[in-house]
Amino acid sequence: MLAQQLLNGLVVSGVYALFSLGFTLVFGIQRILNLAHGAIFMTGAMVAFYTVKGGGPLWLGFILAILASGALSVLVEIVCFRRLRKTGDEEFGGIISSIGAGLVITTIAQQVSSTQVLRFPFETFPVVIFKFWGLRVSMLQLFMAGAAIILVLILGYYVYRTAFGRRIRAVTDNEHAAMLMGINPNFVYSQTYFLAGALAGAAGVLVGLAFNSITFLMGEPYLMFAFAIIILGGLGSIPGALLASLVFGMVQTLTIAYLPSGLTDTIIFASLFLILLVRPHGILGKEDAGNLRGRR
Amino acid sequence: MLEVRDLKVSYSGIQALRGVSMNVSSGETVALIGPNGAGKSSLLNTISGIVRPESGSVMFEAGDITGARAWVVTKAGVLQVPEGRKVFGEMTVLENLQVGETALHGRAPTYRLQDVFDVFPILQERREQRAGSLSGGQQQMLVIARALMGGPRLLLLDEPSLGLAPVIISQVFDALAELKAQGLTILLVEQNAHLALTASDRAYVIEQGRIMKSGASMDLAKDPEVTALYLGQE
Ligand SMILES: Nc1ncnc2c1ncn2[C@@H]1O[C@H](COP(=O)(O)OP(=O)(O)OP(=O)(O)O)[C@@H](O)[C@H]1O
Ligand SMILES: [Mg+2]
Repeated sequence: MLAQQLLNGLVVSGVYALFSLGFTLVFGIQRILNLAHGAIFMTGAMVAFYTVKGGGPLWLGFILAILASGALSVLVEIVCFRRLRKTGDEEFGGIISSIGAGLVITTIAQQVSSTQVLRFPFETFPVVIFKFWGLRVSMLQLFMAGAAIILVLILGYYVYRTAFGRRIRAVTDNEHAAMLMGINPNFVYSQTYFLAGALAGAAGVLVGLAFNSITFLMGEPYLMFAFAIIILGGLGSIPGALLASLVFGMVQTLTIAYLPSGLTDTIIFASLFLILLVRPHGILGKEDAGNLRGRR
Repeated sequence: MLEVRDLKVSYSGIQALRGVSMNVSSGETVALIGPNGAGKSSLLNTISGIVRPESGSVMFEAGDITGARAWVVTKAGVLQVPEGRKVFGEMTVLENLQVGETALHGRAPTYRLQDVFDVFPILQERREQRAGSLSGGQQQMLVIARALMGGPRLLLLDEPSLGLAPVIISQVFDALAELKAQGLTILLVEQNAHLALTASDRAYVIEQGRIMKSGASMDLAKDPEVTALYLGQE
């Protein structure tokens, strides 16, 4: 039973990781909280749904969702943040303008979906259950875990092992010095937002499949959790966000399984509070995270 | 090679450069000395495209780079090492050097990794170390080395001696002398006038956004005004 719950927790953690990695990546490089991230996640689910509904295969829907969410995320950066960054007031201003972008996107989705709950046609994802060592695992769960792991590995490889990733980290560290080394920061920002949006879009499809329920507001609770996750992990830290996603996914799954319902969020946010008492900058956070002006 | 004409720069109304003209020829080391707030960094940043001038022009090898964006300026091979040793602290020494290659934009490198390690052997020893954990002197060497990886045709150095112990300063300046001997063109900004005049062929003295004096470094080192103001009792 416990092993089963741990397994379920792992799948949930994977989805949280995909969602919050992009959120923290963007925060790390621009010190901006992109509150349209939940709407971008929802867009991924919608794109996959309408692809399947239009007769396309699920894999195509998945790829289109990733591309569309990535592109939407790039657009949000250009429209909401790029000009704002020139004023130097993007920390607060960015929160407001991204709330605006989120509202626009969710409103469009509401119109498109006629405020309905959308469900994938039956057997969009084959219902197959594997049993081993007394555990029950559905093919969907395996797919979710596999997709999450592969996407996280791709992100890690891109950021830590390629020239593009080095440029992202250079701009994250010091934009001026990076520009003087021939890096065009706007190009780096577009790449980063694309990655962030693409991961969120993938998470949206996985969640849409898992609950077989897609609504224009489905991103909101994830945004809330992502907040908690990146604070817990340390603002802007990729390994921190991964670790915190794991902690959150597990705690959530276990409390739902073993404790009276309704206590889940209380326990999650109470443990967040307790961890921050001991480690105010998060598990893997740095002291200067969040301090934009000290960095330039 | 570099020709700056009547450059004016101001920050929200405050004039930092009030018509600066100067030039650097190929193969020269030119020093720019002056007190705090004279406008030295402003001049370098305007050449590098970090700051946009109000008026005036910056020509580099017959090309006009006035007001070009910073990463575009590096395409021409004008590379600045900014003041304050801005290493990418979370990355390794090697990764910092690899980022430097971005400035090549497809040009042929003038310094390969091994050439850079020959100039700064300590960096080879520390190649896998996190740059943020290097000592101040090692960080200064790393930022110079990082710029070398970008194939500089003109190297702009902003106060490389700042905050370093005398032994380390002489190590850094020995390396600069080596680069100069290899034919690199350098524009060196320094508050330490003695150091700058020893290391350079020509120099400009800048005060309150204006060039006050210029000439061969040897002559300026004997100039009574310069001696009184910048060289103390030496
Ligand atoms: N970003 C900025 N915003 C407003 N004023 C600035 C800015 N940068 C420089 N200044 C002002 O412009 C003038 C010239 O500054 P600059 O940094 O170019 O001097 P500097 O010669 O490099 O001085 P230091 O030796 O202290 O580095 C100073 O009065 C400074 O206060
Ligand atoms: Mg300066």
